[in-house]
Amino acid sequence: MNAHRKMDKPDTRNRLDDMSQGLVGTAMDRPDGPLKVSGQATYAHEWEVPDMVHGVLVRATISKGRVTDVASDEILADDAIHAVITDDRLLRRPAQGGANEAPPQGSKQVDYFGQPIALVVADTFEQARHAANNLKIGYETEGNAAFDPEAAATETDKPEDDQLDQGDLDQAMRNAAFTVDQVYRTPGHNSAAMEPHCAIASWEGDKLTLRGSYQMLNFNINELADALHISADNIRMLSPFVGGGFGSKLGLSPEAVAAAIAAKEIGLPVCVTLSRQQVFETTMRRSETHQHVRLSCGEDGVLTGLGHECLVSNLPGEEFYEPVTQATHFLYGGKNRKLGIEVARLNRTCGGSVRAPGEAVGMQVLENAMDELAEAAGIDPVELRKRNIPEQHPEKDIPYSSRRFTEALDEGAKRFGWDKRNAKPGNLREGDWLIGHGMAGAARINILSEAKAKVTLLANGSAVVETDMTDIGTGTYAILTQIACDMLGLPADKVETKLGDTDFPAGPGSGGSWGASSSGSAVFLACEEIRRKLADKLGSDERDLELADGKAGTGEPAQSLAVILDGEEISAIGHIEPGKTLEDWQQATYGSYFAEVAVNAITGETRVKRMLGVFGAGRILNEKTATSQCYGGMIWGIGSALTEELAFDNRDGHIVNHDLAEYHIPVNLDVPQIEVVLLKERDEFASPIQAKGIGELGICGAAAAVTNAIYNATGIRVRDYPATLDKLLEGLPDQQQ
Amino acid sequence: MESTELVVNGKAHKLEADSRVTLLDALRNHLGLTGTKKGCDHGQCGACTVIVEGRRVNSCLTLACMHDGDEITTIEGIGQPYNLSALQSAFVAHDGFQCGYCTPGQICSATAMIEEARAGWPSFVSDDLDGPAELSDEEISERMSGNLCRCAAYPNIVNAIRQAAGEQS
Repeated sequence: MNAHRKMDKPDTRNRLDDMSQGLVGTAMDRPDGPLKVSGQATYAHEWEVPDMVHGVLVRATISKGRVTDVASDEILADDAIHAVITDDRLLRRPAQGGANEAPPQGSKQVDYFGQPIALVVADTFEQARHAANNLKIGYETEGNAAFDPEAAATETDKPEDDQLDQGDLDQAMRNAAFTVDQVYRTPGHNSAAMEPHCAIASWEGDKLTLRGSYQMLNFNINELADALHISADNIRMLSPFVGGGFGSKLGLSPEAVAAAIAAKEIGLPVCVTLSRQQVFETTMRRSETHQHVRLSCGEDGVLTGLGHECLVSNLPGEEFYEPVTQATHFLYGGKNRKLGIEVARLNRTCGGSVRAPGEAVGMQVLENAMDELAEAAGIDPVELRKRNIPEQHPEKDIPYSSRRFTEALDEGAKRFGWDKRNAKPGNLREGDWLIGHGMAGAARINILSEAKAKVTLLANGSAVVETDMTDIGTGTYAILTQIACDMLGLPADKVETKLGDTDFPAGPGSGGSWGASSSGSAVFLACEEIRRKLADKLGSDERDLELADGKAGTGEPAQSLAVILDGEEISAIGHIEPGKTLEDWQQATYGSYFAEVAVNAITGETRVKRMLGVFGAGRILNEKTATSQCYGGMIWGIGSALTEELAFDNRDGHIVNHDLAEYHIPVNLDVPQIEVVLLKERDEFASPIQAKGIGELGICGAAAAVTNAIYNATGIRVRDYPATLDKLLEGLPDQQQ
Repeated sequence: MESTELVVNGKAHKLEADSRVTLLDALRNHLGLTGTKKGCDHGQCGACTVIVEGRRVNSCLTLACMHDGDEITTIEGIGQPYNLSALQSAFVAHDGFQCGYCTPGQICSATAMIEEARAGWPSFVSDDLDGPAELSDEEISERMSGNLCRCAAYPNIVNAIRQAAGEQS
């Protein structure tokens, strides 16, 4: 039985507020927690598959050209080596999130340094790795590769539907009381999920089972089928546990196709795991950005003009580009506006989604510029933002759905003690440390995605939730369990949630912060249908049904579900689709960040001493997992502000720091005890469960709070991220004496 | 091929393997103990942390054949889903993880780290090299900085360790 809903109208019923089980919103422990802390959760590499052999990918050491020779024979002389795969179906690039079809294939053509060009398969990992290292490759290089996004000779293009020229920004700038006109740069980033990408492929006849580490199985299965030229009906993909994704596992990546081809060719299951270096080189990078921001305002600080023009990069032919201005379009007013994106075509690792594509770096810079404007206008930064929250959408004739931006700013300022801040930069010192305070706004678009989930109320009165949705650390196991518990009146141990199996109904996948609200809505709809069936059995109206602790009744839960079901089970598939509320209302999540930093006056080292985030993201489904997501985002913001930077060698485009020793993600001591506050909110336009996304909101501007605090501490504006010591040293007061 | 005896979680295992096999890959690929994770294979992330002869080590940075007769404790030896150690339970209660991939390494590392502090080992942030090592939040953070967590559960990792270390003392 299907329960379908297209989100064409708001859902004002707020039904999850009325359920007596009362688990939704609580800080319930993750049901998958005990497995994870005891090493029993099965990640991609960890399935026991008999007779499995190991494959290691070989990478290109040129950046543009063709592979002319692969000296397979030398390698194959060793009996332990099963095959050297150079099949035309190997993926040259990973698939973009939601591609639903194969990305560019055929490894003879080389587009970037580090591209996979062959797979060596051997009995053991050690044998395969050794042989892969020794495989001699012949190349014909092409000399016209491009590596520098800002070089004059680099070809660029402008995506047509992402250019806005409204009013006259130049004139607004000329007539303004105060302006900001600055260029900021953010470097490339890597997702660096802790689990490297891995696939185990095994065939039984024409049927392929692929155990992998992917975020969006509903799309990945079609990408794999298309790449292998087989039907998706012949594929089963399994990803019940995913060791982090952050965008890098949205689309299918090269190891999956390589493992499947090899397993078919040699007739044994094949495991291919990317090395950490290969994760950097052959999965997605976040593009570096060059952002020209122009702001103009009157004496009152109200924006009259807003410009945000950005240069990003990607490989030739890739449609994806870092959507830097995504939140700039709706966050602040200003009727004269010029927003645009230009894409430089480079022979660098593929550009794609990394946590909060767009806002992660766009908000980071916009919120720096707002800090500069606040100072120019002599208006408190919190107040300046509040004055520029538009009543009407500045570009479209649509209203906003629930928007708790003002509350987030006020609540954050109050909790942080913002009023005690010393507004004059470089004025607060404790020993060798310069102390500063900074803040920034947070904003991220909200998306609802098509999703299905099956819920079965078993005859014994317990329930099972099934969807191919994934839990990449986000808390899916917890929140889907909680929703089913509340809707069916069951304690947590009576609901089992099963995820990450394409034999289950297609979920939305984990990405773009849509996972929880979309898959949660599908579970909600399935449960509503089951409630209707139960009500029929009791001869009552579903709305009068009371369910709690495994009992049901009208008015009060009196009879046990097992007795009512009388040996039957009830099952339903919930199906949610996005509709008019996503087009006709501007939906987004909002928040604020406040940070205190200490900058060493002698070395320029920055330490974050205190950080607070206040967020409004609709209904919070699990306070604990939502808070953890916000910690994650904010700490990514600390990394973006202070240490994270993909360094490219512009002679051949290779990533210089392609591992965790050289690409510096925050470590434990880089992070203080962070405070996260989740505002109470119900967004009836967002989903039938009034929830919005929260997985990415924590990063969308967080870095700006840190660098604005560095300015407050030192008087130095770092506009070229990250704010490493060398960029501060020269301007520090002790250096100038 | 090298013949090595590893005593893992109290049980002796005879390993016949290539001398290039790391302790990490011996545990994962040969003994089926996949609780220990491979995050970087270069000693950069700490996901592979196990306890060898009472000390925490990155098992990817040492070869299995160098540990003949050694006593090794992995996450499987610290506790099982229905019989968790105090530290493992604290990680669940405090949400000291998200994706869970670095978690076995964090827990093995913290288990040994608490003992190091108890034995009075100083750290980079200790005020006194000789005095007892009190596990302040800063001490916990410093001593756990070899275990990366990209989900960035750091505040909750500190909370979990603080609680478990406090209960044990």
